[in-house]
Amino acid sequence: MKTDDYVVVGTRPIRHDGADKVTGRALFGADLQLSGLLDGYVLRSPHAHARIRRIDVSKALAFPGVKAVVTAADLPQCPDRLVDYGEGPMRLRHLRGNILAGDKVLYKGHAVAAVAATSRHVAEEAAGLIEVDYEILPCTLTVVEAMREGAPLLHDDLRTVEFGEETGSVSNVAEHFRHVLGNADQGFAEADVIVEREFHTVTVHQGYLEPQAATALWNNDGRVHIWCSIQGAFWARDAISLILGLPPSRVKVTPMEVGGAFGGKIRVYVEPVAALLSKKAGRPVRIVMPRRDVFEATGPTPGSYTTVKMGARTDGRITAAQAYMAYEAGAYPGAMVGFGAICVFAPYDIPNVVIDGFDVVVNKPSTAPYRAPGATQAAFAAESVVDELAERLGIDPIEFRLKNAAKEGTRRADGPKYPRIGCLEVLEAMKTHPHYTAPLGGPNRGRGVAVGFWFNFTFPASCTISVNADGTVGLIEGSTDLSGTRTSIAMQAAEVLGICAGDVNPTVADTDSIGYTGVTAGSHTTFDSGWAAYEAARDVIRQMKERAALLWGLDPTSIEFAGGAFRAGERALTFKELCARMDETGGPIIGRATVKPASTGGSFAGNIVDVEVDPETGKVSILRITSVQDAGKAIHPGCVEGQMQGGAAQGVGWALNEEYFMGPEGTMLNSSLLDYRTPTSADLPMIETLIVEVPNPDHPFGVRGVGEAPIVAPPAAVANAINRAVGVRLQRLPMNPPAVMEAIWKKKG
Amino acid sequence: MTHTLTRVRTTINGEAVEFLCEPRQSLLECLRDILGLTGTKEGCNDGNCGACTVIMDGRIVNSCLVLGVEVEGREIITIEGIAQGGRLHPLQRAFLEDMAVQCGFCTPGFIVAVKSLLDQDANPSEEQIRQWLANNLCRCTGYDKIIHAIRQAAAEMQEVKV
Repeated sequence: MKTDDYVVVGTRPIRHDGADKVTGRALFGADLQLSGLLDGYVLRSPHAHARIRRIDVSKALAFPGVKAVVTAADLPQCPDRLVDYGEGPMRLRHLRGNILAGDKVLYKGHAVAAVAATSRHVAEEAAGLIEVDYEILPCTLTVVEAMREGAPLLHDDLRTVEFGEETGSVSNVAEHFRHVLGNADQGFAEADVIVEREFHTVTVHQGYLEPQAATALWNNDGRVHIWCSIQGAFWARDAISLILGLPPSRVKVTPMEVGGAFGGKIRVYVEPVAALLSKKAGRPVRIVMPRRDVFEATGPTPGSYTTVKMGARTDGRITAAQAYMAYEAGAYPGAMVGFGAICVFAPYDIPNVVIDGFDVVVNKPSTAPYRAPGATQAAFAAESVVDELAERLGIDPIEFRLKNAAKEGTRRADGPKYPRIGCLEVLEAMKTHPHYTAPLGGPNRGRGVAVGFWFNFTFPASCTISVNADGTVGLIEGSTDLSGTRTSIAMQAAEVLGICAGDVNPTVADTDSIGYTGVTAGSHTTFDSGWAAYEAARDVIRQMKERAALLWGLDPTSIEFAGGAFRAGERALTFKELCARMDETGGPIIGRATVKPASTGGSFAGNIVDVEVDPETGKVSILRITSVQDAGKAIHPGCVEGQMQGGAAQGVGWALNEEYFMGPEGTMLNSSLLDYRTPTSADLPMIETLIVEVPNPDHPFGVRGVGEAPIVAPPAAVANAINRAVGVRLQRLPMNPPAVMEAIWKKKG
Repeated sequence: MTHTLTRVRTTINGEAVEFLCEPRQSLLECLRDILGLTGTKEGCNDGNCGACTVIMDGRIVNSCLVLGVEVEGREIITIEGIAQGGRLHPLQRAFLEDMAVQCGFCTPGFIVAVKSLLDQDANPSEEQIRQWLANNLCRCTGYDKIIHAIRQAAAEMQEVKV
């Protein structure tokens, strides 16, 4: 079906869940009302690192209105083992340890106990009566500190894995890996210009507006039902079953509407706690995280220390690149530095590369993915150095990138050879965009560019389509809808069925009602669940051809379906007409499909950013920003633009002002939305978008996946723009007024 | 501890309403947990995100910062009261047509806040809209499509008036 004569794909229908979302009817994580519902509250550690000597919950239990109290002692006690519910192998004790701390707390905010009571106020008051005896331990808060000899150790049994093998050494470094391509020493020897810089980024949060919220009912039949705001119902089910020591079949997860996630709602936090409370109380329990807890106890994204060295010849060819990347995992291993290493030099065809990555634990919340996890930190470093190389060589920054751009057949340092990709096309579109040559119109203004890559994931997906006699269909899918994917999935089914998007009624189902489907993450949903919908629709068409054949007394192979009608010679029935005859031709029709695509289409995205720097205060204003991205094929261009704009806004926030402002004892000092300031409507201009379409040859409609790549380039583009405005290169995020002023003063001497 | 319940008589979305609440319960809690009006959202519970925006006596407030007992005798409009007679408000239609909704969690607060703006100023500039909405956080959209939708709705509402 590789034609651009699509009827539905590429149009902008109104979202199927739209009316619910603009009227307040959509039910998000905290919106469920159940009979006998109790409210839960989680008591959290006030210390960044401490041993728990004793917990006494007796006063809380005796408090009027309290129905249950739980601690880590209520988690099943069983030997540690490696588990994998989809995200990759991890230690069960780490998975459980982050839900309720056992013998040690590893960050301020670490869950210690929880209370269920007749109201949230009662639960909170009672939690305050729980006595915890802590032995405070020294903490380590940054990757640089944590890697030092003699740094306080978070885990006394964490042995560093180096180049794939466990070493005997116990340290905060969970893993050190290396990617090598060609010979970097030789490549640098061939270079005429070499730039080497070091970069720091600090912890930032996904900043979704809806706090984590879950309601659990441990029923009298021993089955646990959980309603929650989560990116993947099946991953949640499997993680919860591991944590609670139950078979997955005893846990049912019903995904509620998700009020923003960006990677931060892949993991479970309060879900298993609510379940344990419900088991003890014999009633359903809801836990809604206070905003402070969202900052202090859910996964932020890693802070990082990175050095990048790149060399190029005077003809503009990059000869070698080297990166040293150390990322903060937070309390448990898993800093996603591997993803950063995939992306750091991904836009370029460089013959000689060496990349070292370090996954390092620190006394901060366990990090979670945040939109292209690990790639933004990497691109901030690499794209700043690329820009400086271009500047030193006197070559236009887009031209320099074009000279070195990766294309089909380029081998990346981590191994894979690119299939058809759109890196060149994105750069060409940036170069010819009117923004790139528009006058800047004032002093202290500068224009920066950068590109970024995200490889995109693929996960299994399932879909069923039931046909209605009136010619509409119901579509059941397993992908939670974070931003309009009900529609982008339904549109792919509609295109096959020859009906309009509005004649498909999509529903996101619970884990008992649809086949296994991966988490809504990795920019895979429109790609994988869309593909499943495409195949399920083809299954419907196949069955309906049999019905037409029955009516006409022909062989099914002689029936054709095109332009929304079944035909054989002179005979024709539209899809709707044949649906009306379903009953007389054999009864209901259900199409179904599961897919597990092996490959994905990676996505490139770039930004052109104009800034103005106030030389008196250091404040950076974004005057104009343009996002360009290869979508492969934009199923719903409005949704794609929304992803590009949202990614750009988050990237600007990360670039200019977002940070976990940490006190020396490991306390986050700005854990409110006032002080952790995400961009407001007054901080941003309109965000121009340009969708490039280089179809992915490995998808029926050419879809690549678009959700994550748009956040990768903005911080580097803003840094490059600041340099062009006032001649200083910032190598630390955020580039807030004090940081910019310091750089300006340093330059002036 | 038990807290004495207070009787509160108020008007919500044009209807007289009576409810009992504890003095420490916010209007947001009363709306959501007592009255079942869950369209108003809790994003931060400290007045910094705007997801719980409602209109009280013609002015927008963060309902998490108003106590339930304070709304005695007042008139409250929530997101559930914006669509009239089964018809979406032009703002709601424009949010759908212009794809101004992504996750939809901030949307009720935005729509309520902007309705209040358009009630006062039928034709606000982009700058006025941006300043008015500076207390309503959206993390998904970058605000672009929201601003577009508001301007489109304002234009449409003016045409209807003419």
